[in-house]
Amino acid sequence: MKKRGILIVTLVSAISILLTGCHGRKGMEAFSMPEQFDESKTYNITFWAKNDTNKTQTEIYKKAISDFNAIYPNIHVDLRLYTDYGKIYNDVITNISTGTTPNVCITYPDHIATYMTGDKTVVELDEMMRDPRYGLGGSEVKFDAPTEEEIIPEFLAECKIGDGHYAVPYMRSTEACYVNKTLVEKLGYTLPDILTWDFVWEVSEKAMETDADGNYAVNGQKVMIPFIYKSTDNMMIQSLYQLNAPYSDDNGNIGIFNDSTRDILFTVAEHAKTGAFSTFKISSYPGNFLNAGQCIFAVDSTAGATWMGTDAPLSDIHESKKAHFETAVLPVPQYDTANISMISQGPSICIFNKDDNEEVLASWLFVQYMLSDDVQMAYSETEGYVPVTIKARNNPAYLDYLSREGEDNSLHYDVKIKAAKLLLDNSKNTFVTPVFNGSTSLRDASGQMIEEVTKATRRRIEVDDAFIDKMYDNMKSLYRLDVTRSAAGNATSTEQSELPTESKSLLIILAVVWIFIAGYVLYTYSRNKSC
Amino acid sequence: MKKGIIAVLAATMVATLALTGCGGAGDDKKSEGVMTYEEYAQAALDSEVVVETYVQDKQGWWENEGVGMATFYTQDKEGAYFLYNMPCSKEDYDKLTQGTKIKVTGYKSEWSGEVEIVDAVFEIENGNYVAAAKDVTSLLGQDSIVDEQNKYVSFKGLTIEDSGDGQAFLYNWDGSGEKGSDLYFNASKDGKTYTFTVESYLRGQDTDVYQAVEALKIGDTVDMEGFLYWYEGINPHITKITVK
Repeated sequence: MKKRGILIVTLVSAISILLTGCHGRKGMEAFSMPEQFDESKTYNITFWAKNDTNKTQTEIYKKAISDFNAIYPNIHVDLRLYTDYGKIYNDVITNISTGTTPNVCITYPDHIATYMTGDKTVVELDEMMRDPRYGLGGSEVKFDAPTEEEIIPEFLAECKIGDGHYAVPYMRSTEACYVNKTLVEKLGYTLPDILTWDFVWEVSEKAMETDADGNYAVNGQKVMIPFIYKSTDNMMIQSLYQLNAPYSDDNGNIGIFNDSTRDILFTVAEHAKTGAFSTFKISSYPGNFLNAGQCIFAVDSTAGATWMGTDAPLSDIHESKKAHFETAVLPVPQYDTANISMISQGPSICIFNKDDNEEVLASWLFVQYMLSDDVQMAYSETEGYVPVTIKARNNPAYLDYLSREGEDNSLHYDVKIKAAKLLLDNSKNTFVTPVFNGSTSLRDASGQMIEEVTKATRRRIEVDDAFIDKMYDNMKSLYRLDVTRSAAGNATSTEQSELPTESKSLLIILAVVWIFIAGYVLYTYSRNKSC
Repeated sequence: MKKGIIAVLAATMVATLALTGCGGAGDDKKSEGVMTYEEYAQAALDSEVVVETYVQDKQGWWENEGVGMATFYTQDKEGAYFLYNMPCSKEDYDKLTQGTKIKVTGYKSEWSGEVEIVDAVFEIENGNYVAAAKDVTSLLGQDSIVDEQNKYVSFKGLTIEDSGDGQAFLYNWDGSGEKGSDLYFNASKDGKTYTFTVESYLRGQDTDVYQAVEALKIGDTVDMEGFLYWYEGINPHITKITVK
């Protein structure tokens, strides 16, 4: 049973702690490669990992830790499990301020940009990656690790922030449109290989027709939401990217508040008004509606493929509510079918700096182990993930797994393997958005605008230019997007160009002390002179 | 004289309790422009609703982009209202203790069958009411149990069943979590099994109910109290469990 994504956190407060907490702490030395790795010494490594509320994934983490410990008996890894990236993000920020970060952490590059506002908090990996002994596939590494060249270059590049790599990719996914092909054809359409936005809107509107009893004609039920999008931030980001419209740049300049965004929002409003479109936040998981025959186009992560389709091994709806239909797994809708694009997403792994360089090196060895074939293949097979190394992708065992699509409804569940193949076939068509301190807020705002427009329309509030103008202003203010930012976590917003209050106070105190000292010197000098 | 004063004080206390609730009726007359529960129940989804209700319990307070919020389980004498992610300051959150009367203006919404009020604003009013748990054991497995949605309810004489892998409970729905995660456990009545949850944002790992569920054994007979939350069917959020 999935849980609605709310997060008991105090993000803003935590970020404030992070930004101000560093002032009082002694900065850590940057990591430098140790001469030796002392294997007679014991290292205790903490690993904060994210799973998709999936027991198999947690078992794979545990097995990886156990197998790694068998190779390096002196390195002990303590696992802490999360099911939400946001919770990890919040906990890391809180622990940066107290100097108690984990050693290794599953994360998103967007989040790392914020972690990097702490002084030398996150280890730049380039030196370790290329070390001939302990680097990727190095001579002293005791297991079959991938070389740098064997990591998919597009995915490794996603982990580069500024001039260096601050993470390595762990798993990758994208979004897919899971389609009830049976209902599309019942409506008189032929499903294309590549969906266009126009096609999806047209079929969705057609599906809103009702019969004399008030049931939707296409499914004979009282409920039909033809098009449901899980992550509306991705919906907006991919739409803008496909239109070659501004979102943000590498320097953190915000471009999202433009006319293309406005047009997208008007289109969303048009179809929300008829009930043809809704979102996860407003209605629920797209998969629940899809599997009940109440949705035709369900856009969700390929990492959620095991929840999608008639024979999905995981489901939150009662068996009696399930509809029987053919599921097609297609790329997200496109504006230009000759030039398709889709977002790249999925977990990466970063390492936090510690005073002991050898402890950091021990962390790095464990990170490399997470890139080894056994871990990569096992974890990717839990969902519609793909391995991030060429080595694992070419492994005969993985190729065998892919070839057995549909053999059963568990490990070889066809929708899951189709979802993985979708990304394998489109690695070159993926993109990511620029990472900077504040990119997480921009992502949140991009989705929130679709949510706001959809909600307003359902509530019979007119969505016109005035509405959009006001919403733009609200988004800029709420998500602090009306400031200039710089890349790689070194925020230089107009607000932050001014000295912090603590600094101002310190300067004032220093000035007062100097005035007293000067006064005292003058007083002593004049007394001595008068004597 | 002394006895007389005590008697007067006692009478005053009884009268006060009677007027302010504590399981009693409370003054539940609706203010001008406020819906009755029946009117709320009849209101269309996505329409604006105005209700007066009483806080029964609350999930943890959180803040996102500088906006504090929390989820509340509320109820009046007629029915219950689930207030999802209602913006409130930490100061107000602390004031919203069990029984506190509030006027809520928001939008009626439905998420996976859970009817709730979202995007709400509230004001604290005078009044107090704490609902007694309604025994809905006999309604388990019946469609009419939906009429009790979100109310504070009780289940009596259920038997703890295997939740998977021979465990009496799981951390997260499939056992993928750890201490601190939501607890899921199965309990049966009359041959049918139902799933119950200890929602960690409502009752965390340090609470009695969380620890009591961690100590359950398959075959235990239990009485439970909690809120009749809904997610694709009943999904009660349990706040109290007693092993008989």
